[in-house]
Order: sequence, then C-alpha cells, then structure tokens
Amino acid sequence: MSGADASLALPPPTRRGGRRARVSGILGTLSSVPITLFGLILITFLIGRVMPIDPVIAIVGDHAPPDVIARVRLELGLDRPLPVQFGIYLLRLLHGNLGHSVMTTHAVTEDIATYFPATFELATAAILLALVIGIPAGVIAAARQGSRFDHVVRVVSLAGQSIPVFVLGLVFLLVFYAKLGIAPGTGQIDVMYDGLVPRVTGMMVIDAMIAEQWAVCRDALAHLAMPTLVLAYFSLAYITRMTRAFMLDALAGEYIVTARAKGLSGARILWRHAFANIAVPLVTVVALAYAGLLEGAVLTETVFSWPGIGLYLTVSLLNADMDAVLGATLVIGLIYVILNLLADLSYRVLDPRTR
Amino acid sequence: MTSRAWLLTDTPSSRGQAAWGRRYRAWLLFRANGLAFAGLITVLILIVASLAAPLLTAQDPNAQHLANRLAFPSAQHWFGTDELGRDLYARILYGGRITLGMVVAVVGMVAPVGLIVGCVAGYLGGRADRLLMRVTDVFLAFPRLILALAFVAALRPGISSAIFAIALTAWPPYARLARADTLTIRNADFIAAVRLTGAAAPRIVLRHVMPLAVSSVIVRVTLDMSGIILTAAGLGFLGMGAQPPMPEWGTMIAATRGYILEQWWVPTIPGIAIFIAALAFNLLGDGLRDILDPKQR
Repeated sequence: MSGADASLALPPPTRRGGRRARVSGILGTLSSVPITLFGLILITFLIGRVMPIDPVIAIVGDHAPPDVIARVRLELGLDRPLPVQFGIYLLRLLHGNLGHSVMTTHAVTEDIATYFPATFELATAAILLALVIGIPAGVIAAARQGSRFDHVVRVVSLAGQSIPVFVLGLVFLLVFYAKLGIAPGTGQIDVMYDGLVPRVTGMMVIDAMIAEQWAVCRDALAHLAMPTLVLAYFSLAYITRMTRAFMLDALAGEYIVTARAKGLSGARILWRHAFANIAVPLVTVVALAYAGLLEGAVLTETVFSWPGIGLYLTVSLLNADMDAVLGATLVIGLIYVILNLLADLSYRVLDPRTR
Repeated sequence: MTSRAWLLTDTPSSRGQAAWGRRYRAWLLFRANGLAFAGLITVLILIVASLAAPLLTAQDPNAQHLANRLAFPSAQHWFGTDELGRDLYARILYGGRITLGMVVAVVGMVAPVGLIVGCVAGYLGGRADRLLMRVTDVFLAFPRLILALAFVAALRPGISSAIFAIALTAWPPYARLARADTLTIRNADFIAAVRLTGAAAPRIVLRHVMPLAVSSVIVRVTLDMSGIILTAAGLGFLGMGAQPPMPEWGTMIAATRGYILEQWWVPTIPGIAIFIAALAFNLLGDGLRDILDPKQR
C-alpha cells in the first residue's frame, strides 16, 4: 500500500524550538500543498495530451466534415503551444470545469457529485469496521508478542495484504450470495426499492433513514455489508500491522517498566499508558489507510456494481471517455492529498514532542 | 575444521571469511523463521514452474476445444478448462511467466532510478534535493492503481504500457529510502576521506554512497513485489493490463468472472494463483526485513 510510503514524509518527531517553529512547520506543510496540486494537475494534463484518442474526434465523431473538425480544434485551443494549452486547462479548473463526459453527457463535476457519496459511504463503513477489529488485534498481538495469537494475527494480516480485493469480492459473492443465500447481490439497493427514497445525501442508508423508510434502510445496509467486509479486510492488514509495531515500541519504553514497578494492572498499563502514547501516530495511519481505501474502492465497486466514483472511473476508462477519466483521477488525487495533509497536520498539532 | 565451524568462528582470519560468516549467520536467522522460509521456497517453486512450463505440461495454453468448455478439474485437465476450452493448468503455468516477467521488468526499471534519484538528491542537498523530492511527492500524492490506470488509458491498454505505468508509480518510495540512507552516509568520515583524495561527486555517489544504500532498497523490493503483482492483476482485471488471449492471471479472472456462480473454479483458480504468489513474496520480504532491519519489526 502506498500509504506506508507517505509516512516516510513525516516530520522528525523531536523538533524543539517553541511555538514559532511549530507554526512555521505547519505553514511549511500547508505551503507544499499548492505545489503538489500543481504537479497533480500537470500530470493529468500531460496524460490527456499523450493519449492516442483525438479529443476533437471524440466530441464530433469521425464522420464530421473537415471544417467542423478544424473549428472545434480552434475552439479547444489545440492549435496553441502546449504551455498556453496548459494555462487554458488551469483556468478551466479554477472555474470548477472538469469538462464533459461523452458517456453520460453531463459535466464531469456533476457526475462526480452524483457518484462520490456512494464511495464515501462504502469507504467510511469499511474504515470503521477495520478500526474496530484492527486496533485491538494489533494491541493484543503486541502485548503477547510471539504467542499463538500474535502468529494468527500476522498470518491473517499478511493474507489480507496478499489477496486481490476483486478475488475476495468474487469469492464472497460466490459463498454468501450464491451458496449460502444470506447476502443480497450486487448494487446499492434491491431493484424493488429503486426510486422509493428521495436523494438527499446520495448515501442510500442515510437517505432511507431521513425518509424513515426502514425496509429500504435495512436492504441498503444488507447491500453495504459485503463490499464493506471486503474493503475492511483490505485496510485491516495495514492498520493491525502498524498498531502492533507502534505498541511494541511503546511497550519497550522505560515508563512502562515504571508503571509495572508501581504495581499497575496489565490492562491498565496496556491501554492507559502504552496505547495512549501511540494514539497520535495511529491517527496518521488511519488517515493514510482511509486514503488507501480509494484504491481498493475502484476494484471493489467494479465487482459489486457499487455506483461510486471507482465504478465511474473504470466505466469511463473502458469507453475512452477521457475528460471523465482525468476528472475522476484529479478528484481522487485531491482527496488523497487532503487526507495526507490532515494526517501530517494532526501529527504536528496533537503530538507535544513536535511543539 | 568443518565448514560450519569455519563460518561461525569468532576470530575470522580473512575479510572473506568474516563476510561469509556474517552471511551464514543471517541465513541461519532466516532459516529459523518458518514463515519466511516457506515464502522463499514458494517463490523458488513459482520461478522454476513458470520457467519450466513446457516441461510440466504438454498442453498448449492457447489451444481451444470448444466442445470441452468450462470442464471441472479432471485427470486430463488438472485445473479444468476455461470458457474456450483451454487447459487452465497450462494457462496458470504460462501466466506465471507473464506475472513474474512484469515484476522483474518493473523492479529492473524502478530500483535503479529510485536509487540514483535518491542518492543524488541526498548527496547534493540544497536546491537539487528540494526539486527532486518535490517531484517524488507529486507522484506519491496519487493512489498507485489510479495513476497507473490513467497512464495506461493514455498509452492504450497492453502489457508494456502496464509495466511502464506501474514503474512510473512505483519509484518514489525507493528514492525516499535511498535519500534517507544517503543523508546518514554523506557526512561519514570515509566519504570525507574519499573527497580529500580528489574524487568527483559522480564517483563518490556511484562507488561509495550507492552500494551502501542498496541493502534497504533490496528489502523494499521484496516487499514491493506483492504490491506489483496485485497492481498488475488489478490492471488486468479492469481490462487495462495484458490483453486476451494472453494467460495473465488478472485478465483470466476478468474474462471469466461471469461464471463465478456456476463454474466457480474457472475464475477462482487464477485468483488463488495471484494470492499464493503475493503471499509468498510478502512472507519472504517480511522475513528479510526482520533480519536486515531489526528496528522495524
């Protein structure tokens, strides 16, 4: 998972020098964001330019008369030098214009607003589940290092890092839907309930609650369960491993020996003394894991026909709908940058050693 | 003196003996880690099996027998047949060549590039460092699969664009790692000594800094291989990697996922192959990290 790499970018944990250094550290982090965003936009722009599909033909079709093609080419500014084209692209982005999707005929921004809430619903449910299981598992594995429990946790989390999400999704569909019949099929909701609930947030479970349609809500929850399990397992591995590693470090601290010497109970030492000290780096891990879920979401949504931004991205890819692909890529990159920034900032704000 | 005693002696009499002794001790540590050892064995089996694919099966991975589609595993077809009646066992074996080939190609591009960028940035420092690290930050700012997807879409789907796209998204962590190592090495006394003898910066970086940064890069490579396998399979699954009729595992799953409910073994068997390959590299990398980098656990 690329999330682990970004953790290398964390500031050195023991920087002293008072409030000014801390503020300038935060400002430094913030100032790096526009540069990263600029790079992000430049990359998507360049990807859009090297692609083998002629954007003019994509709009007017390959049977258009030559004068129409020439006019559209002028309108798109494709006769200008590349830096000028990049300037035009930047200006368009600043106006919130990501172009038009050929497939849906809507503006890409509109499409993303339509599809994103479903991804948000899925990713949030998955991260919550992964936290509830992963953190205690990591803490206990560290407390009993080398025990059978530790080995089981290690193997289970290594397996989670090794199984492709789409294979796990297919196996779940086979077992829970086809063989056992305890889970509903793909999609966000049963066709029977389609259109019953007015769209407010775009998250089916929440919308059904707002409309007080409890049967729909239950059905939406049931549909959410399988993709959530798959995605949760995907990030569970990372969260458990990091928790275990942090805990092992914390448990080796001298204050733990002191606490033991004072005769405190094992559980109290574990949670109040050791765990309290790893809570801050864990916030970083959670933010990175959440960002990593965006990646897993693309594959999971494809398997479960979940109408999120990942499905939108892959369907656009297969239709060579370039504006949609680049728009979705840019938005996902943006969310990724914001999550990384939050991880970094939370570290600087919450950890007293960075003050 | 037995060779074992020669290797484990506390008083080596030559540089070679000391070096081999150190390697032997690392090997003993590695052997003691059952999971890592199992990973190594599995990786070796995978490599041998895909290299020796023509010896292990007489079947042609691309020969179609439409009369015998979607057959259940049998004595004749060990893993059954796929939607065009092709032998799945043969396709899995030949598919291993594609997967491992992609991994080797990606690593072959990524590790040297990351190493050079990281060592140069770390050694030169200053503006060059800031510029290079800013570039790596930008690449790190994308989720890997999504950037790879966009690249492949631009280059048109296929195995070489998949390799190129994965490589483009995989090098930044190596650069960061090599830079971190270089920062600790560059102020060492022996570097100052080399500089005093009049060595130029390229020579110092290539001959003295880089060799020391290699070992952490190797651990990272082993741990990364499962990620590369999964990304390659994911690209194949989304129709953006190797194209049919190539027996790439992810592509095979994509082509037959519709059969999951009836002929479940057809898409499941390539899935198991991906899982085993990725797990083996993960176990191996995990064990190597334990030995070479005891800090990280």
